[in-house]
Amino acid sequence: MNDCHTTTVATRPFFIRQNMPLIALAGQPNVGKSTLFNLLTGLNQHVGNWPGKTVERRDGTCSVDGHQYGVVDLPGTYSLTANSPEEIIAREFVLREEPDVVVAVVNAANLERSLYLVAELIALPSPLVVALNMMDVATQEGIHVEPEVLQAALGVPVVPMTATRSTGARELICVVQETLDAHSAGAPHLPEIRADHRQVLAEIAQHIAGHVPQPYPAAWVALKLLEGDVEITRTMKTALSPDKWEAAHAVLRQHDDALLAIASGRYEWIGRMVRAAVVQPKIGQVSLTKQLDEWAAHPFWGLVILAGILGLVFWLTFTVGSPVQNWLATRIVGGLSNLAGQLLENTTFWLKGLIVNGVLGGAGAVITFVPIMVIFFAAFGLLEDLGYMARAAYVMDNLMHLMGLHGKSFLPLFLGFGCNVPAIMGTRVIDSKQSRLLTTLIAPLVPCTARMAVVAFLAPAFFGPRALIVSWGLVLFSLMILVLSGSVLNKVIFKGQRSAFIMEMPLYHLPNTRTIGVLVWQRSLSFLKKAGTNILAMSVVIWALSVLPGGDLNHSYLVQFGKFIEPVGRWMGFDWRLTVALITSFPAKENAIATLGVIFGNSPNAGLVQTLTSTFSTATGLSFLVTTMLFIPCMATVAVIRQETNSWGWTLLNIALFLVISITAGAGVYHLALAIGL
Amino acid sequence: MWGRTADGQQVTLADLRINEHAIILAFGSGRSETTRLASLGFTPGTEVDMTQNYGHGPLIVTVRGTRVALGRGEAAKILVERNKE
Repeated sequence: MNDCHTTTVATRPFFIRQNMPLIALAGQPNVGKSTLFNLLTGLNQHVGNWPGKTVERRDGTCSVDGHQYGVVDLPGTYSLTANSPEEIIAREFVLREEPDVVVAVVNAANLERSLYLVAELIALPSPLVVALNMMDVATQEGIHVEPEVLQAALGVPVVPMTATRSTGARELICVVQETLDAHSAGAPHLPEIRADHRQVLAEIAQHIAGHVPQPYPAAWVALKLLEGDVEITRTMKTALSPDKWEAAHAVLRQHDDALLAIASGRYEWIGRMVRAAVVQPKIGQVSLTKQLDEWAAHPFWGLVILAGILGLVFWLTFTVGSPVQNWLATRIVGGLSNLAGQLLENTTFWLKGLIVNGVLGGAGAVITFVPIMVIFFAAFGLLEDLGYMARAAYVMDNLMHLMGLHGKSFLPLFLGFGCNVPAIMGTRVIDSKQSRLLTTLIAPLVPCTARMAVVAFLAPAFFGPRALIVSWGLVLFSLMILVLSGSVLNKVIFKGQRSAFIMEMPLYHLPNTRTIGVLVWQRSLSFLKKAGTNILAMSVVIWALSVLPGGDLNHSYLVQFGKFIEPVGRWMGFDWRLTVALITSFPAKENAIATLGVIFGNSPNAGLVQTLTSTFSTATGLSFLVTTMLFIPCMATVAVIRQETNSWGWTLLNIALFLVISITAGAGVYHLALAIGL
Repeated sequence: MWGRTADGQQVTLADLRINEHAIILAFGSGRSETTRLASLGFTPGTEVDMTQNYGHGPLIVTVRGTRVALGRGEAAKILVERNKE
């Protein structure tokens, strides 16, 4: 968008005291809120976490007609009742940070549902502007919404727009500016609780009057108490004297069904708005989605379609991505290595080794995977924006039940095929804490592109023409282990608990390139950051261990360690060389090949394949592949598990779990392979 | 559960067949689940249409113009009355 170009890069966590008005974007999922945020702020947005929470926070700035605004993207929530961290963050932000304007994004094609959040926001003190988004979809579906009538009915400004086509954003900001200039919140028409509960609400309000802590409005707190909001109940329990709380609590206990009276009151209010502003109610206009879902959400054909789509994504990722990755590895990283080698020829040996083997050989090798990931993330983002991923979650629900999980857990697992790091971050979509933890623990069993690269290199060495079948077998084997570990963990640690599966199925719609672009950019960037920090540091450490103390590998600490634990490697048919290669796959999975190259003194491109074939038996090769697939998650994944679980306990448990799984499976496969004469 | 055809009877949401309509009567789900359902449009007196139900696994219902996927267990805790038509 031309009028709304970004002039400052947002790096500070809060805009509040930055001399520019602060706009908070609120909205339910699937109303195009992120698209609007991207449209307003462009790429100059800052992505981080909300303080103390593993909920993504995005903010940025935009400027229109010489005015600058800070924009905060609140988490997408259906309501403002304390069901999830997202909902608490959204309402605490509005109440505590007092944004100058709250923009509520609603879906014009489905006003009835998306006004529910507006019914909650309108009762809060910050001035509200409604962005009536997806006007194009509404028109397509034969729904005619009159923004000016809605504005009159709500008593707050309403701006029609279509964020995916970049229309209406400038008008939105102009209305925001008018609201700022007016210095008054206007006179919004508030929803009321259903008539049969008004008396009770008044009673509660009396009990808590004068004791409501800042910054909560008293009437709002009374409503939230009646709604059974856990956080507000806790807050008021400490704010009131014990006997006053007892009195209020007694009333609340008698009316624990009040939440439905409140929700009904909000929908009554919404019904009045919709009857006023929507001229043609829709009649069976969702036919395209209905037709597509007969196949995509069918219990059998849905799985067939999903398998087809998965296959297509992998085929695309590897046929397009692998040549680029090879080119980067040989030409760019290889070229840089040669160049650095020549330039540093006459310096001390450790400087050359550090740059060539430590930095370029470790972190550099990891960076060559970026093209593969970009393709995978783009495909995933496309499917997500198309509305398909909700269907994938739906058809996988049955299978996920085997592990006590439900369909939503499938989404992060799918992402794991690209890279486990965003997969772990992606577990944030799961609403129950336990399901999220379980998904986090098993997600690294999904074979990522880096592990597939190791397989793609080694399988032909040991299996020749049957390499492809073996590769698919390894993927299926990993997934079987995933389901098995998931069910066992669920029974042992989580006692078979199961959370509710409730998920909106958005309408299919044409994907928006900007939305997908931003998604790919952010996921790749966060991976590159990891490669530049954690992975880089660890690569250097591993390199140092491989040359200290004497300067050559064969007498280094790394090899000494490898020889020390070689007895464990023997269970899987490894000698010390394979054991060392396995250990060095911890900083980055594909290091396994690089290490073998160093140990055998061959470059991975030249004679390594022949050397490996002649040195190790097929049984050893197979067990090495299995063990590498299931070994401890790579360093970046471990770091992100620590970050997301916020617990060393779970992180270490995860490492221990993968050690046990990989060694058991490797040893089992080795002895089985020997038994059948491989 | 597939044999009954009488209208106006009380069944659970999971018992509705494809294209059947019903009015929500009550929730047997816990408080936080009920709140989540309410925010998605499920309140007593609201009409729901069964969009997809194969008798096993999750199902899809349309409520207030939105398609919502529910686990069978969740749907079985929602009491509805079949619409007379």
